[in-house]
Amino acid sequence: MSANVELDHVTIRFGSFIAVKGATLNIENGEFFSFLGPSGCGKTTILRTISGFLDPSEGAVRIGGRDMRGIGPNKRPTALIFQNLALFPLMTVAENITYGLRVRGVSREKRRRRADELLNLIALPGTGDKLVSELSGGMRQRVAIARALAVEPQVLLLDEPLSALDLKLRQHMRNELRIIQQRVGITFIYITHDQGEALTMSDRIAVMNAGVIEQVGDGRSIYDRPETAFVASFVGENNPFDGRVVAAEDGHAVVESAFGRLRGRNRGGLGVGDPAILFVRPETFSLGTGQADSTVESEVLNVAFEGNMTHLFFRGPDSKKPIVITVPRGTGASMPEQGSRTAIRFDPEEALVLPAGRLARD
Amino acid sequence: MTSTVGRMLIVLLPFLVIAVFWATAVMERRIAGHPGQRGFFERNGIAISIYLLAAIGIWILLMIVLPQLYMVDYSFHPKLPAAQRGGEKDVYTLENYRYFIFGSTVRTDQFNTLHLRAFFLTIGASIFITILNFAICYPIAYYMAQVAGPARLRVLLLLLIIPYWVNEILRAFALVIIFGTSGLINTALLNLGAVSNPIDFLGHDIALYTGLSYAYLLIMVFPLFNAIESLDKNQIEAARDLGAPWWHIHLFVVMPFAKPGIASGCTLVFMLTAGALAAPLILGGPKSLWFTPIVYDRFYQAFNWNQGSAYAFVLLLACIAFVLLVLKLFKVSLGEIAR
Repeated sequence: MSANVELDHVTIRFGSFIAVKGATLNIENGEFFSFLGPSGCGKTTILRTISGFLDPSEGAVRIGGRDMRGIGPNKRPTALIFQNLALFPLMTVAENITYGLRVRGVSREKRRRRADELLNLIALPGTGDKLVSELSGGMRQRVAIARALAVEPQVLLLDEPLSALDLKLRQHMRNELRIIQQRVGITFIYITHDQGEALTMSDRIAVMNAGVIEQVGDGRSIYDRPETAFVASFVGENNPFDGRVVAAEDGHAVVESAFGRLRGRNRGGLGVGDPAILFVRPETFSLGTGQADSTVESEVLNVAFEGNMTHLFFRGPDSKKPIVITVPRGTGASMPEQGSRTAIRFDPEEALVLPAGRLARD
Repeated sequence: MTSTVGRMLIVLLPFLVIAVFWATAVMERRIAGHPGQRGFFERNGIAISIYLLAAIGIWILLMIVLPQLYMVDYSFHPKLPAAQRGGEKDVYTLENYRYFIFGSTVRTDQFNTLHLRAFFLTIGASIFITILNFAICYPIAYYMAQVAGPARLRVLLLLLIIPYWVNEILRAFALVIIFGTSGLINTALLNLGAVSNPIDFLGHDIALYTGLSYAYLLIMVFPLFNAIESLDKNQIEAARDLGAPWWHIHLFVVMPFAKPGIASGCTLVFMLTAGALAAPLILGGPKSLWFTPIVYDRFYQAFNWNQGSAYAFVLLLACIAFVLLVLKLFKVSLGEIAR
C-alpha cells in the first residue's frame, strides 16, 4: 500500500532559528519525489518531520490524509533510510532486515521467509547469515533499503543514502533505486544535494534554499524554466548577467549588464527599472557574433578540451566567476586562442530574465 | 631455605621480566613484518627503555605478584610460633581450608556454617547489589551519553564526582547517622507518625546494603557511559523508525552494543563489593555476616595469618570464577572489557 504526503504550511523553528518556512506541497501517491538543496537548506529537517522525529512548529503533515501530529516515528507508516545507513553492526544481514518484523512479533519462520524474499529483491540472495561488516558499501546500501521495505511502509524516506558511495556505484545505485521504487510502487521521498541524482531519479523535485521551497516541478521544467535566481544557478551550470531591466515587451526583457544590453525571455513579468539577472546556460552559447542584444565579447581565459565537448572560459562580469560555454565536438568551429577577445552569441529564446536574488554558492 | 630462595627470586625476577618484555617486543616487530618500523628500544632509547621495563617489572612483581604468591604459600602452611617456622613442623597442609569448610583444622564431621553462610551471603548480596547498581546506573549513563547536551553533561559529571571526594569511611559514618535509631530517617518517620518505634536499619543490614550500593556507583556509571556514548544515535532512531518501543531498543540495540561496558562495570562493582571492608565494618549490624570482616578478624583478632590468607584466597578465587562464568554466559571476552 502506498500513501500521499501533504505538507500544509509547515514551519519548523529551533529556538529563534527558522529551519523550514511555510512549506506547502502535496507528494502524490507512488511518486518518486526529491528535495534538492545545498546543505543547511532545511531538507533533512523536512524529512525528519515527515518521519516523526520532529513535529512542525506550525502547520501540519498529513500522510494518506491523516494528520500525523503527536504520532511518533515508530507509529507512522514511513520508513527512513539514514545517510550513514545505521545498520545494526551486531546483527546479521537477515536480522537487520527483519528487525522491524521482530518488533511486530512476527514469527521466526515468517521472518526468515521475508528476509529471503527481500534479499532476492535487492539481488543479494544467500547473504542473510553474513555480518553487515562483511559486506561492501553498495551491498550495505541495499540491505538498508531492504530493512526499510521489510516493514511495508507506505512512504519510504531516503536521506542522501548514496553520498557515502563512490561515483560509479552511485550512478549504478540511482538506476537500482528507481527500479526498486517502480517494483514496490510506494512513495519515495528522497533528500539530496546532488542535482544529478535528483534529475535522473525523480518524478518531481522541490528545490529548497534557506528553509524555503523555491520551486516544485519535474526535472525538465526545473532545468528549463527556473523561477528564481537561486534555482537557475543551483540546478545545472548557468551564467548570470545582472543589471536592470531597460525594456520589456512581448514576453521579453532587455537587461542593461556589464556586457551591454542583453535580451532574454521575461517569464516573471518584470517591468522597466526592476533589478534582474539574465541567465544563459553554457550549452546555449555558441561562438561568433549575432544580434547586438545577444552577443557578448570577452577575453578567453582557458580552453578545456574534454573529448565529447570543449569548455571555454571567458572573463565574466566580475572577476570572481568566469563565463562558461560548452562547444560540442563535431561542429567544426575553430577554437579561439587563450587570451584573445572573442565574441559569443546566444539565442534570446533560451535565455531567461529573472528577478534579482541570491545565487547558489559553488 | 624459603627466605634465601625468596630473596633470590626478588632480585632475579625483574630481570626475567625485562627479558620477557624484550622478547615480546622483538617478536611483535617480526610478526608485524615492517622492517622499517622502529622497535621499542629504538623508539625510546636504551636507558629509558630499560628504566620503563624495570620500573613496570619491579612494580608488577613486588607490589602485585609476589605478595599474592606469598599469601597463597601462607595459606597452605599451619600457624606456627616464629621459632618453628621453616622447621620440620612447617609442612604443606590443607588445614586452613579445612577450617573454613568444617570449622576445625582436623575434624570433618560438621560444617563451619557461620563462615560458609557469610561467604555465600556475601557472594549473593554482591550479585544483588551489582544488579541494583546496574539498574540505577544504566538510565543515568544512557541519559548522559545520548540525551544530555554538553553543558548538562558537565553538570551531571560534577554532581556524580564531587560526592566521591568525601572518603569512604566518612560516607559510611554519614549513613550511620542517617540510618541510626535516632537518625534522620527514623526521626522523620516517628514525627510523621508512620512508625511508632524506630526501625533498626543498621541491625537489619539495610544501611549496609544501601552503603555498599552507593559506594561503587561511579565505577558502574563510567564504563556504561563510555560504551553507550560510542553508539551511533542513528541506530537508536533507526530502531524507533522501524517501530520498536523504547524497551525493545534498549534490550536489543543499546545493551548488546554496550555489552563490554556493562560487563566491565558489573565485574568491577561485583569484585569491589564482595571485597569491601570499610562499609561492612562500619555499617554492619552486630549480627551482620559480611565475609571480609571475617577475613580481617582471622588476621587481626585470631592472629592467624595463614588462615586469613586461605580465607582471602577462597574469596578471590570464588569472585574470579564467578566473573569468568558470567562473562562466558554473556559471551564477552576479557579483551572486550578492556576496550
